[in-house]
Amino acid sequence: MTAGLTPGGPVAYHAPADRLWWLRRRAYLVFVLRELTSVGVAWSIAYLLLLLRAVADGTTAAFWDFAAQPWVIALNVLALAATTFHSVTWLNLAPKAMVVRWEEWRVPGFMIAGGNYSAWLVISAVVAFFLLR
Amino acid sequence: MSRRTPEPYLWLLFSGGGVAAAFLVPVLILILGILVPTGVVSPPDLGALVSPWPVKVAIVGVVFLCLFHAAHRIRFTSEEVLRLAKFDVLIAPLCYGLALTGTVVAGLIMAGIP
Repeated sequence: MTAGLTPGGPVAYHAPADRLWWLRRRAYLVFVLRELTSVGVAWSIAYLLLLLRAVADGTTAAFWDFAAQPWVIALNVLALAATTFHSVTWLNLAPKAMVVRWEEWRVPGFMIAGGNYSAWLVISAVVAFFLLR
Repeated sequence: MSRRTPEPYLWLLFSGGGVAAAFLVPVLILILGILVPTGVVSPPDLGALVSPWPVKVAIVGVVFLCLFHAAHRIRFTSEEVLRLAKFDVLIAPLCYGLALTGTVVAGLIMAGIP
């Protein structure tokens, strides 16, 4: 007789834990990759805080030496890929999260997403202008 | 009877942080993390750029929002992918605590820039 079974009573069924569920479907994998972009955001902020600390301490030359190491650049390339993926997925999501109406007319999703992309472009251009001039 | 929970505010901060990160982080990491270190462009005079106090306040605000966004996502992703939801009582304070610590560090750094 199997231990834990009550004769005549209800039998609890526990589905076996699937630790690799997120690899089973492409959509699940994309979901997890999208969630993991947050690690790229966290690293980017940590990196920028190290840069700002160097500015405060007057040690920016040493910081740029640190930043020029191949592993730091590789991490930053990964972070750029992750945060760009975050931006695209986040801005595409906005029309689904908000419904904009003008009189009776519902503003279509592509216009909201398009507005978001325009804002992203303008903000990026302004930041680049101040950093590169 | 409904119990008061901070969850809606955490989701609100996650959302605001998602917008801030989407608009600002790619361009910052592209220029300051890749183009300057590889010598494609010369380093900007950051001391002068971040000197005005509204810029300092904005930087601390962006750091707060982005770190909160990341903390919220890392909290739920670790709990779902690694099946750690039963440890939420530990993971949630750890994630948000690190985000708040980072914000305080940002504030101290910005206060130290003349």
